[in-house]
Amino acid sequence: MTTLAPHRNEASQRERLVLLIGPPNAGKSTLFNQLTGLRQKVANYPGVTVEKRLGVARVGGVEVCLVDLPGVYSLDPRSEDERVTNDALKGDLADLGKPDAVVLVLDSTNLHRHLAVAGPVISLGLPTLVVLNMADDLHGRGGEIDADALSKEIGTKVALISARSGVGLAPVRQFLEGHTEPLAKVQLPVLQDVPGCHDWARKAGSAAGFRSPAAPEVTRRLDAIFLHPLAGPLIFLAVVVAVFQAVFTLAQPMMDGVDAIIGATGGWLESSLPESWFRSLLVYGVWAGVGSVIIFLPQILLLFVFIGVLEDSGYLARAAVIADRTMAKVGLQGKAFIPLLSAYACAVPAIMATRTIENKRDRMATLLVAPFMTCSARLPVYTLVIAAFIEDRQLLGPFLGTQTATFLGLYVLGFAAAAATALVLKSSILSSAGVPFMLELPPYRAPTFKSIALRLLDRSKIFLRRAGTVILATTIILWALASVPLQEGNPPAIEDSIAGYLGHAIEPLVEPLGFNWKIGIGLISSLAAREVIVGTLGTIYGMEADEGSPQLRDALRSDLDFGGAVALLIFFAFAMQCMSTVAIVRRETGGWKWPAIQFAYMTGLAYVCALAARAIFS
Amino acid sequence: MNPIVRGESAAFPLSDLKLGHAAVVKHFTLPDADANRLMQLGFLPGSTVTYRQRSPFGDPSVYHVEGTDVALRRETAEQVYVARTGASE
Repeated sequence: MTTLAPHRNEASQRERLVLLIGPPNAGKSTLFNQLTGLRQKVANYPGVTVEKRLGVARVGGVEVCLVDLPGVYSLDPRSEDERVTNDALKGDLADLGKPDAVVLVLDSTNLHRHLAVAGPVISLGLPTLVVLNMADDLHGRGGEIDADALSKEIGTKVALISARSGVGLAPVRQFLEGHTEPLAKVQLPVLQDVPGCHDWARKAGSAAGFRSPAAPEVTRRLDAIFLHPLAGPLIFLAVVVAVFQAVFTLAQPMMDGVDAIIGATGGWLESSLPESWFRSLLVYGVWAGVGSVIIFLPQILLLFVFIGVLEDSGYLARAAVIADRTMAKVGLQGKAFIPLLSAYACAVPAIMATRTIENKRDRMATLLVAPFMTCSARLPVYTLVIAAFIEDRQLLGPFLGTQTATFLGLYVLGFAAAAATALVLKSSILSSAGVPFMLELPPYRAPTFKSIALRLLDRSKIFLRRAGTVILATTIILWALASVPLQEGNPPAIEDSIAGYLGHAIEPLVEPLGFNWKIGIGLISSLAAREVIVGTLGTIYGMEADEGSPQLRDALRSDLDFGGAVALLIFFAFAMQCMSTVAIVRRETGGWKWPAIQFAYMTGLAYVCALAARAIFS
Repeated sequence: MNPIVRGESAAFPLSDLKLGHAAVVKHFTLPDADANRLMQLGFLPGSTVTYRQRSPFGDPSVYHVEGTDVALRRETAEQVYVARTGASE
């Protein structure tokens, strides 16, 4: 027995809480975006990986709090998504409270299948509006439904709308305001009986004059191309190359621009303030930290433009079908492909991109192996060490030199570690053996500017808030470690600073790898972001340095033997030297457990492999 | 198992369906939870399923059922039993 929720009148100051639910691909988020626009925020439900999207809709002078729940096919609380949806409907989510009403969004072109979820939802007894979305598509393909007749059949209000074009939203707004009239009760099917729910839906649909739309011809024709045995993989490859080019080549000038602006403003700050510890903190702590955060934004924005277009157009599901065969070999699935590709630029957006994978275990495995892919922050480190220790000789005539081969080797190594780890994870703790891979292929649709822009906005916010605060904090802490204790009022030489002390302290730990305390400091500082080690080594050796600097190369050669250099490369290939990745994994997995395991595993693997490499190459 | 019972066509795995052909879903040899998932996607006993498209590398395959296209791996399709349309009871 459920108790009746108290009437809302007594709490009239409180915003009305309306839940948006529906099966995947019903256009729920499109409607949510239409109703709330920029007034939305995204967070995670505590302790779970499910995303909580809240928005405020202003209707008829009142503000209504809308919650966009994850897309579910049923209320059977077996998966995390369904559990959250179920709890939200029952008012059991502590941070939401009891809902006042429910908007159930269904795809009208798929009425029989989608209406099946309506029975269990309506029988919960909350004021419910059934929204039949994609009316334009339904009518365009010769389909038909009588919304009023359906309303009588299922005992709840029904609105036929097109969320993309915003047609028919008036009744939805009225409903949000609280205009609900009670309808005659009807007999509803029970929750667990899937065929029963479908039978009920079919009967209700037929009674309401539902005529299925014709097969989506455009989708058929496009699929014949995109899934063609020859053209399919070629187009797929072209898409991959385009994404790769975008996140590397296209983003590079923007990143250089950000870098130049930060450098110039930092220089200006330095020259316009009197010398003090405060100036040093501002310029080398805070400003450098801000710079190292926003430098990643161009890459992240570009990546999410691509992912947004691919996902909203429906191509992503086809790409997943093509990639699935290959990804299955390492225990992953087709949708893991885009996140892993993105990880070659940066693990942070890659981990955010794993959201497109509905299966939680597959998503976890993808998210845990993504940081092994050779991200762009590793490249300056590789460049420096390879230039210093690998003599460039020809291997395959002019086509492949020893340095390039080493680079490629490191890429392969990262990929191999990711693949091997995925295999181990999927055959043990994250096994989804027997859990069938099912992927719905939605019809192709033109992506809307609004939906992609809103997505970019919230991805940037999440990145700046999560990764940004961590990188900034790490940079300031590192600045502090290198600036105290003061010696006669001046910052110390780095050897005498706390950072220097820490470097010495971990020397016994890194000594077996062939590293001394200087490299030790570099390893500590690279926790902010891997490439920071290059600048730190420059500071230690007392020289202006970038990865191409010959002086830095010489200095490094005096401190590392060949085995140590190989160990350093291996260490950077495997270790999770990146606090922003840790922060984003924490956010996406809803706790510290997974990032802690991941950090320990990757760093442990890095240490052991570096140790082995040293033994082999010395 | 008796392959052909009179008046009823034999059920065979969906993975054996020929490209472009249609059949009627009969039963699953999957665990209940997974069978429920498939049913929610439209693979209901009695529904007509059409093998619509083979993916470029042969697996997974795209099936059309209840107005939607769903990609299934062979290992899953092997556990969905179907019977020829028109030839059944």
